[in-house]
Amino acid sequence: MNIYFFKFASLLYLFGTLAYLVYIIFLKGVLSKIAVTIVSVGFASHTLALLTRYVEAGYTPVTNLYESLSFFAWMIIGILLIANLKYKVKVLGSFLTPIALILMLFAFALPKEIFPLAPVLKSFWHPFHVIFAFLGNAIFTLTFCCGVMYLIQEHQLKSKRMGALTKRLPPLNLLDDLSYQSLKFGFPLLTLGIITGAVWAEYAWGRYWNWDPKETWSLITWLLYAALLHQRLTVGWRGRKASIMAIIGFLTVLFTFLGVNLILPGLHTYTNWK
Amino acid sequence: MELLVIGLNHNTASIAIRECLAFPEDILEDALSKIHTLSSVKENIIVSTCNRVEVYIATRETEKAIYDLKNFLSQFHGISLKEFEKSLYAHVGEEAVRHIFRVVSSLDSMVLGEPQILGQIKNAYDISQQTKTSGLILHRLLHRAFHVAKRVRTETKIAISAVSISSVAVELAERIFGTLKKKTVLLIGAGEMSELAARHLVSAGIEKILVTNRTYERALALAQGFRGEAIPFEEMGQGLKKIDIVISATNSPQYLIGHDQITKTMKDRRQKPIFFIDIADPRDIEPRVGDIENVYLYNIDDLQKVARENIKDREKEAQKAETIVQGEVVKFVNWYQSLEVTPTIVALRKKFEEIRKKELEKTLSLHPDLSEKEKQSLEALTSAIINKILHTPITLLKQTNEEAMTDLYLDALRALFGLPEKSLETLLKFEEEKEKEDLEVKDAM
Repeated sequence: MNIYFFKFASLLYLFGTLAYLVYIIFLKGVLSKIAVTIVSVGFASHTLALLTRYVEAGYTPVTNLYESLSFFAWMIIGILLIANLKYKVKVLGSFLTPIALILMLFAFALPKEIFPLAPVLKSFWHPFHVIFAFLGNAIFTLTFCCGVMYLIQEHQLKSKRMGALTKRLPPLNLLDDLSYQSLKFGFPLLTLGIITGAVWAEYAWGRYWNWDPKETWSLITWLLYAALLHQRLTVGWRGRKASIMAIIGFLTVLFTFLGVNLILPGLHTYTNWK
Repeated sequence: MELLVIGLNHNTASIAIRECLAFPEDILEDALSKIHTLSSVKENIIVSTCNRVEVYIATRETEKAIYDLKNFLSQFHGISLKEFEKSLYAHVGEEAVRHIFRVVSSLDSMVLGEPQILGQIKNAYDISQQTKTSGLILHRLLHRAFHVAKRVRTETKIAISAVSISSVAVELAERIFGTLKKKTVLLIGAGEMSELAARHLVSAGIEKILVTNRTYERALALAQGFRGEAIPFEEMGQGLKKIDIVISATNSPQYLIGHDQITKTMKDRRQKPIFFIDIADPRDIEPRVGDIENVYLYNIDDLQKVARENIKDREKEAQKAETIVQGEVVKFVNWYQSLEVTPTIVALRKKFEEIRKKELEKTLSLHPDLSEKEKQSLEALTSAIINKILHTPITLLKQTNEEAMTDLYLDALRALFGLPEKSLETLLKFEEEKEKEDLEVKDAM
């Protein structure tokens, strides 16, 4: 059952992405409304997919790569919908939806069966750990998109061209503000994700910190974002520097999430996601 | 009488040379009077702006006038002719007419369609009137020029291009800051372009305007116009810490705002973005300032470049303006050529009319019993005879293009019919034209 919802959600994200891309080309307000509607329905279907999977599996369905990718995509779309409510940055969907779609397509190619839960994952802390960590990551995805948009827009303005892109991207100050706000939400969540992970590790493996590659890279990610937040707060870093840092931060997020699992085997590598 | 313009502009001369040869208002009257004493010059007007210095004259000896004016410029400003002779251009006759029509319509301006030049030339004309150095020819020329400027402004979209520079400034500001509410703009110096831009920003929602000027009184006056706040020039650096947008348009020969200063200011502002609009020429803001992070610097050329992308049919509009100018040049030149001929024609008509009236009166007094209808018939008959007689010679006079032939005919006419001297008539003609023109000008303004 959950797979059908998942497939339906993927299909809607595909249409949503197309609608958003057409929107960014023609800048017709009605297109963005259509896109938001499609993506919202997709999100609802995706939510059902996760709920039914939770019921069918009997545990929080974030235990293997397929589940993680799907969960990550769900979080990203959720953040997009929330950001849409607060900020009138319609073009955000044109960046975030494709990312979610790519994650979904990646997940699509992976085995989707429900396996019995590995004993190590059976924990009170498991849902908290994954929710915090992925919510943080999803918010950093937003920060990343803001950074990319900022750099493009800034380049346009500095090179004194008012090309087609300038009109399509939000004002610099708005992007910077959104970037900062998302950092302020994302960073505590990442911190909570790491702390709950550490607590859980103490229960599961007997030690808070094992220098497992995932942990090490999480720490690196955390340090990068901590540095960015610190620079923003104290020296007034913003704009270009902050954007570049947000982009680097997101790359380490991706590496921590995917790269570590695929390249650097460790305690976080589970047998059943291949 | 021939029209002549001699001068230099932003295309032919560097700012340094332009500045050396400029006539600030305090020495302008003196210069006008001095030029007027040159024997080759009959009438003269000086147009001196930051982009051009031009002397318009009416002369009978074109070659000598060019020579005299060149020497005058050199002597008056105390620089040797060698240094600026290459930058000078001289237009004579029809070309001079076309030149001033293009200048006043802002077709020759650095910013195509900018509104400032018309006011500047009106001002130059007013001063020449005060010093009584302009006469019939330049008077007519200038009034036609204002008329052309008005036509170009209303019949083409050239002026929109200048306005669009302000809109581009607003658009850019919105690309940087988003909403302009709660943003502050600082106006340094004054000028029509910068005020236009400021007004656009205000209508886009700018909350606060600060104005500064080297003379505090001017800043105060300007600030009042915008319901803004004047700050002393010395406190400008301090002001830069708080404001978001700077529009600079001073005549300062060197940079007012430098790279190092802004690097420091940015630290004080905690990197809050700042948008500089440099309308001045020469620039007020060191171009390197634009390299600093979170600083956006656009000068007038940049704005124009962006605006140009926005106006696709700009070429077409410029073409339209040139066509208007061409039509007006032809009209003016026709009038100008008829100038020699018309007074004689008027005198000739007057002479015939006098004879006719006298003879008619005689006849009527001999026949007091004529009916009203018969009197009118006689009136019509005599008028018709005179018109028929005069038709051929007047047409011939108007159509003769060759100056020597015209002179020959005019002399013959004057001798044969005992007409008064030409110069006197010209004066009469002048008064008549002036009245007519004044009405037209009021209409145009």
